Amino acid sequence: MSARERSPVLPLRLEDVSVVRHGQTLLDRVSLRLEGDGRTLLLGPNGAGKSLLMRVCHGLLAPTAGRVMYGASSLRTVEQRRRLAMVFQRPVLLRRSALANVLHALSVHGVPRRRRGQLAQEALALFSLQHLARRPARVLSGGEQQRLALARAWALAPDVVFLDEPTSALDPTSTQAVEQAVDRFRDAGVTVLMATHDLAQARRLADDVLFMCGGVLLEHTPAEAFFARPRTPEAAAFLRGDLVTGPFPRLVERLEEQCESQELDALQR
Amino acid sequence: MMNVSYRSFRSIGGGVMHDVFPAAASLILGADPKLLGIVLLSLRISLTAVFIATLIGLPMGAALALYRFPGRSGAVVVLNALMGLPPVVAGLIIYLTLSRAGPLGSLGLLFTPTAMIVAQALIVLPIVAALTRQVIADLWEEYREQLESLGSSRLRAIPTLLWDARFSLITTVLAGFGRAAAEVGAVLIVGGNISGYTRVMTTAIALETSKGDLGLALALGVILIGLIMLVNGIAYGVGSVARRYYA
Repeated sequence: MSARERSPVLPLRLEDVSVVRHGQTLLDRVSLRLEGDGRTLLLGPNGAGKSLLMRVCHGLLAPTAGRVMYGASSLRTVEQRRRLAMVFQRPVLLRRSALANVLHALSVHGVPRRRRGQLAQEALALFSLQHLARRPARVLSGGEQQRLALARAWALAPDVVFLDEPTSALDPTSTQAVEQAVDRFRDAGVTVLMATHDLAQARRLADDVLFMCGGVLLEHTPAEAFFARPRTPEAAAFLRGDLVTGPFPRLVERLEEQCESQELDALQR
Repeated sequence: MMNVSYRSFRSIGGGVMHDVFPAAASLILGADPKLLGIVLLSLRISLTAVFIATLIGLPMGAALALYRFPGRSGAVVVLNALMGLPPVVAGLIIYLTLSRAGPLGSLGLLFTPTAMIVAQALIVLPIVAALTRQVIADLWEEYREQLESLGSSRLRAIPTLLWDARFSLITTVLAGFGRAAAEVGAVLIVGGNISGYTRVMTTAIALETSKGDLGLALALGVILIGLIMLVNGIAYGVGSVARRYYA
């Protein structure tokens, strides 16, 4: 708990963050606050903006409007950046051995050379990859590659780890290994934000749930409450397995539109 | 007219051609010291030139791929165009620079192997830099998010990308070597084709052919092609085995 309080990147806050590309609003005034331990699962259908939200949270992508705050500052320093790790849907591994992939990440993070070897070996061992350390990373199986990506993130000892649908291309065995890794991060006091569209997985892992749809963050609630009593009709439909492509029109918005058109009519008259 | 030229061609062909191949073979097999000197000098100059051009061209190409600055597109176009820089023009530029009245005339480098290395490096540099830029730009596309998520700066990304593109870059460097080993214009202008000092394979072939010593010319030609094939063959073998291994 004390480690969390000292972290320079927590709480991580988004304030009215929007991302607009080619005239399309991909993230619409998203506000959220991440802090403390635990696994927050980011749920939503394909195209909801989950990956985009993760990239904005990590700082890979600058929002068109709004602010991203790390601790007390809105600018990410090098020190803060090193507290954030990301694992992508499709792991991007360097064309070197598994071990060299972890060593490279440690080198980029400025870890002294003499400490890198031990840290890398420990991380590989923790993810049952030590026997593959000398193998080229790109010839490993899909599951092994994703575990290597997780080991690489682990070696960097982050405060927050972002996992962008890390199991979407994996078989059940590999998925289980990844889920164990997620627990390991949680147990180590790392804040986990993981995107998925797999409901069963979310039920297994989530402490908190972020539900988004059509670029809008609709819910941020404890997992139990979300699965028992979703507050929004979109989430309820998503949990039922119905097709949800975007936020349903709100009654208030519909009324507003009606009022606007009536005012326009009045003006025109 | 037609008959005369036809007959003169026949007389050269009939008189000399049947001696050419045995002469070439005996020069090569006998490891003729004069021939060996020319071959070694050629290799020393071209390999050194390629080494220097690679040392500058790899980071230069990578930087061009990663950094955005005003006039970047122009720089890329010019660099690509310079891949076709005529060796004689490169030679002329180095000649003017190193000649007694030129800005670096006091160094006294004209008609030395050093001048030839500089001239060939100038020819090879745009090839290495331009091809490297393309290779690194493609790899950056793939690696960008991952490296940025690790907190890697663009400057830090350059060695990472160069190392991970190493097998593609071997081809780039080979293209440069091929060009350096094959060119004759630049080394002729700045080296002067001085026997035993600045005479390399290509200038020797040109000279011996015009003198009529086709045996030596052909021997040199065979060795030149053989060397280029050998270097390319080794690099291809290494590259394809390693590429399969590292996917």
